Amino acid sequence: MAKGYSVFSLLKHALKPDSAWPQAWEKPQPRSSYDVVIIGGGGHGLATAYYLAKNHGITNVAVLERSYIGSGNAGRNTTIIRSNYMIGGNTNFFEFSLKLWEGLSHELNYNCMVSHRGQVVVAVSPVQMDVFARRGNIMRLNGIDAELLDRGETQKLLPYLDYSKEARFPVWGAIHQPRAGTARHDAMVWGYARAASQLGVHIIENCEVTGMVMDGNRVTGVETTRGRINAGKVGIAVAGHSSHVARMAGLKLPVESHILQAFVTEPVKPIVHHVVSWGAELFYLSQSDKGGLVFGGHIDGFNTYTQRGQFFKIRDVMECAVSLMPFMSRMRLLRHWGGIQDMTPDGSPFICRTPVDKLYLNGGWCYQGFKATPASGWTFAHTIAHDAEHDLNRDFTLDRFEKGGELDEFGIGNWTYKQ
Amino acid sequence: MRLPCPYCGDRDVSEFRYGGDASRQRPAHGAGSAKEWHDYYFVFDNPKGAHTEHWQHVLGCRQWFTLNRDTARNEILGGEE
Repeated sequence: MAKGYSVFSLLKHALKPDSAWPQAWEKPQPRSSYDVVIIGGGGHGLATAYYLAKNHGITNVAVLERSYIGSGNAGRNTTIIRSNYMIGGNTNFFEFSLKLWEGLSHELNYNCMVSHRGQVVVAVSPVQMDVFARRGNIMRLNGIDAELLDRGETQKLLPYLDYSKEARFPVWGAIHQPRAGTARHDAMVWGYARAASQLGVHIIENCEVTGMVMDGNRVTGVETTRGRINAGKVGIAVAGHSSHVARMAGLKLPVESHILQAFVTEPVKPIVHHVVSWGAELFYLSQSDKGGLVFGGHIDGFNTYTQRGQFFKIRDVMECAVSLMPFMSRMRLLRHWGGIQDMTPDGSPFICRTPVDKLYLNGGWCYQGFKATPASGWTFAHTIAHDAEHDLNRDFTLDRFEKGGELDEFGIGNWTYKQ
Repeated sequence: MRLPCPYCGDRDVSEFRYGGDASRQRPAHGAGSAKEWHDYYFVFDNPKGAHTEHWQHVLGCRQWFTLNRDTARNEILGGEE
């Protein structure tokens, strides 16, 4: 087991390049019983386990992953971190997450390559400038950085956009969050896994949950492909498979599983120095350290559990890319892939208790799971440890649609196909 | 994915509009509790497997139809009128 990474361990391995780095996290055999079992070894599940051990002293924890760590959405997102939310219940949560990102590499002793390169959302109409001004004002009232840029200021930051008279979507200006940026998604999930393992958490890979063990309305354990594991409490953090796993406990969720595709071009020299998003369509792009432009758009638009995207959506997203950044028409697409995300009717997540005793849900992340990972783990750990929601996730409950508490941040949710 | 339109035959999915789960029953107008409406509107079966659903051939004959699809494989399990 690796104890800690430092300049000395780096030097030692640099001088002896044939010496193997120690395994980052332990691969234990599952015990028959744990205080807490987290289903899903993605970023959210591992962060939850880490904060359960770190903040609440609960170390008898297992994280069950059906495949290997980093195989799901933790390695399929577009790595953007930001906190430009304006609805109560979202704003402070995502800002807390961004603050945790700022210290995450130190916290985990793992370089998460957090880059505060800033996010610029381009406005394509005067009305959109008004909307962005409102969003920016609300962010600033909450102590979050935001600035409104006019067309000239936008052109200075992003000279490669289409500023011609013929532009189908003319650039009117933009809203800029300088502290937003990107992080290395694999490093985050490996970092949480290693840090949780060092605190005694068991990370059990290749262990798929096949059923829940129930005692009346209370969950007492899980059936897995590696046998039954008893648990005092069970947390679900399985993204696209939320409905599938919750059904094992007799629950139906306000969730539909959809595929979101992402794309990367061939690597080129540095040209895009920010995260760039667009007001005309859902489109977001950044340039990776390797040089590829990493970007994505909308979901395909019908529920599916296959990680294979449809061609028409690839074409849609390429049209967005070329419309916003004409130079991209000369680039070649290197790879594309899909991840299954659990879309909720209002586009906001669940971090909450469920109607089943001792069963907790972390899901419904829609487009925004990656940036939320640290705060999601922090507040989900609190919810599990105290059997009560943390102040930051008190609005992310399952019954909010019954009570008129929708968090309709962008008005998209899973309804895109109905618009 | 190609979908079997009952009028036009097999066409690319990009010609169609998705209309959601076709197995759900809308409560009668003026009837049903708030909970029933909530469940009808907000809660999804979302199965990993066979799913009965509405589609409209918007860029073709504009006909609405239902079909069965395996959501785990995107395989068409046989259309219905």
